[in-house]
Amino acid sequence: MNWLDQIFVTSGHQLVSLAPASLQPAASVLLTIAAIMAVCGGCFALTTIIERKGLGRIQNRRGPNRVGPCGLFQPLADGLKMLTKEDIVPSSADKAAHFLAPIILTVPIWLTFSLLPFGRNMAALNLDSGVLFFFALGSATELAVFMAGWSSQNKYSVLGAMRAIAQMISYEVPLALATVPVLMLAGSLSLVDIVQAQGGYALGFVPRWNVLTPWGLVGFGLFLTAATAESNRSPFDLPEGESELIAGYLTEYSGFKYALFFLGEYLGLFAVSGLGVTLFLGGWRAPLPILEWAPSWFWFGGKFSALIFVFIWARGTLPRLRLDQLLNLAWKFLVPMALINMLAAAIWHLSPQWGGVFTSPPMRWLLTAAMLVFPYVWLGRAVNPRAGAKREYAYAE
Amino acid sequence: MPNNIPFYLAAAVTLGGAIAAMSLRNLVHCALCAAGAFAGLGAIYLQLGAEFVAAAQVLVYVGAIAMLIVFAILLTRGGKVKLTARQTAPNRFVGFLIVLLVCASLAGSILRSPSLQARTLALPEVTAPAQRIGENLMTAYVLPLETVGLLLTAAMLGAVVLAIREEPEARLRSEPTAQRRQALEEANIS
Amino acid sequence: MSPPSQYLIVSAMLFSVGFAGAALRRNAILVLIGIELMLNAANLNFIAFWRCGAHPEALTGVMFTIFSLAIAAAEAAVGLALIIAVYRHRRTIQLDELESLKG
Repeated sequence: MNWLDQIFVTSGHQLVSLAPASLQPAASVLLTIAAIMAVCGGCFALTTIIERKGLGRIQNRRGPNRVGPCGLFQPLADGLKMLTKEDIVPSSADKAAHFLAPIILTVPIWLTFSLLPFGRNMAALNLDSGVLFFFALGSATELAVFMAGWSSQNKYSVLGAMRAIAQMISYEVPLALATVPVLMLAGSLSLVDIVQAQGGYALGFVPRWNVLTPWGLVGFGLFLTAATAESNRSPFDLPEGESELIAGYLTEYSGFKYALFFLGEYLGLFAVSGLGVTLFLGGWRAPLPILEWAPSWFWFGGKFSALIFVFIWARGTLPRLRLDQLLNLAWKFLVPMALINMLAAAIWHLSPQWGGVFTSPPMRWLLTAAMLVFPYVWLGRAVNPRAGAKREYAYAE
Repeated sequence: MPNNIPFYLAAAVTLGGAIAAMSLRNLVHCALCAAGAFAGLGAIYLQLGAEFVAAAQVLVYVGAIAMLIVFAILLTRGGKVKLTARQTAPNRFVGFLIVLLVCASLAGSILRSPSLQARTLALPEVTAPAQRIGENLMTAYVLPLETVGLLLTAAMLGAVVLAIREEPEARLRSEPTAQRRQALEEANIS
Repeated sequence: MSPPSQYLIVSAMLFSVGFAGAALRRNAILVLIGIELMLNAANLNFIAFWRCGAHPEALTGVMFTIFSLAIAAAEAAVGLALIIAVYRHRRTIQLDELESLKG
């Protein structure tokens, strides 16, 4: 089934060969850009409706179901509404910064999609330091958030922007630290190499994905938490908290610029989901040897959709964190956990060389699991003193 | 010539951003243009084949230092500079002349050096793989690495100590102690 | 103009722009931005000479630049903390109003 696996690559090459020889590099670049924009734009439209219906079902109601069968044309209606809304700019706003902020937010996120390996041989750019690039582009979006908040000349906007930036800066550190064990054990910063390093099967049927190791599981949990906070999604959506700050740094935006912010937030979610799939869930690799006939991009898409579902599930289930709780979680729980995770991953990797009782897997698993579980419980109790206590309910008499 | 277009674009963004950062009146605009200049420089590093340095430049300069500058502007209310205040030093024409002299001497020496004119970009393509950088950091440059770690810790502690608020202590010292408060209340009642 | 000269001319111009700002502007934060631009110009010099120089496989220029980035970050943090502390006491960051140590 190799032709199905490489169908996008071969059809891309054939389309590019139709162009004259001198323009072929430019044509290949434009084709890649168009493909990424089409796929991610389509995913964005689908995710808006799936999220609203999913949240609706979690909250015991149906989501939008009037536009089209089961509400599937709702994104079209939303898009039309956003495009035709009046674009209001406050008279005392800083016009240049107000205009540029949504653009500076979305452009770096589009750039990150060029690094993800969507399938075998399907990474647009195989950079040698791909993961570092990813984080660099993620940190470039913080400046756009500040521009959005400050240029509106609105106290609530500035307050929301400051909170959003504090949150994003605080959660960048656990995000990067959680990926360091993966880089250590794969030996490379290139995303294609990291997927390569997760090949093979242990015991014949268990895939060697990073998430199926003790340090990988903890790392994946840390990564998901930090990624939720980086995209300002619930339970970390204090910057957009409607009950507190109107819409935070988005207060003074309407129409297409608001749609661009919305797009930027969802695209950021897709980017970190793609990164999580690549780093921890084995990228485009199949879960069992007998399932390897399915194309690689199918597995990537499946795992990616599962992660998006987990994010929607978390949004519908968990309550919002307060700002001090949020920052405490980042600095006092996630960062120490990530550092201990690094140590556990190193011990996991080097312990077979110690010989003796460590050459077989159970002892390695036990040691690394113990190294990770005890700090988890201890740090959790330190951050939230009521963690292990029995809940007391007070009922009205 | 077509190969040079990315370089000219990146150089234009960098120099344009730098000149805007140093000449605009609004402080936040200056900071944002400086961030643009840093990003343009990252693009130039990419063209020179130093991928790791380009990513580090964007991460550190645009993502951290520009944010620091912007926060400092907000905390010092720099956004509302009086429009009539003079922006540059009184003897600015002499200053500009000196700067032009510096630029001219640097550019002149670059353009006249024969060994520099004879060089070309090293071929075959030179790369700086991250693995080699890591190996270098852990073997040949391990002492600078540890020193930079110490320096960053000292800088962080120093910045916190310098910028921390002192008001709670001052309030504590100026509040009357419990005995004096009781005495005051008794005096007021009687 | 040979390729290394292009990069060095850009670096020289960036350095002089940063120097102009640091020497002529009266706001302390703009002086700091000028200093950062000068540091960036020096970094560009390092990378250009690494690429076009004698032993590019030794990665010397790249290592220098990485350390220079870290030091610039530390210096920017401390400099801005100083500016904030001065603002707390003097309520101004215009350099010609901070002259109590003069004369």
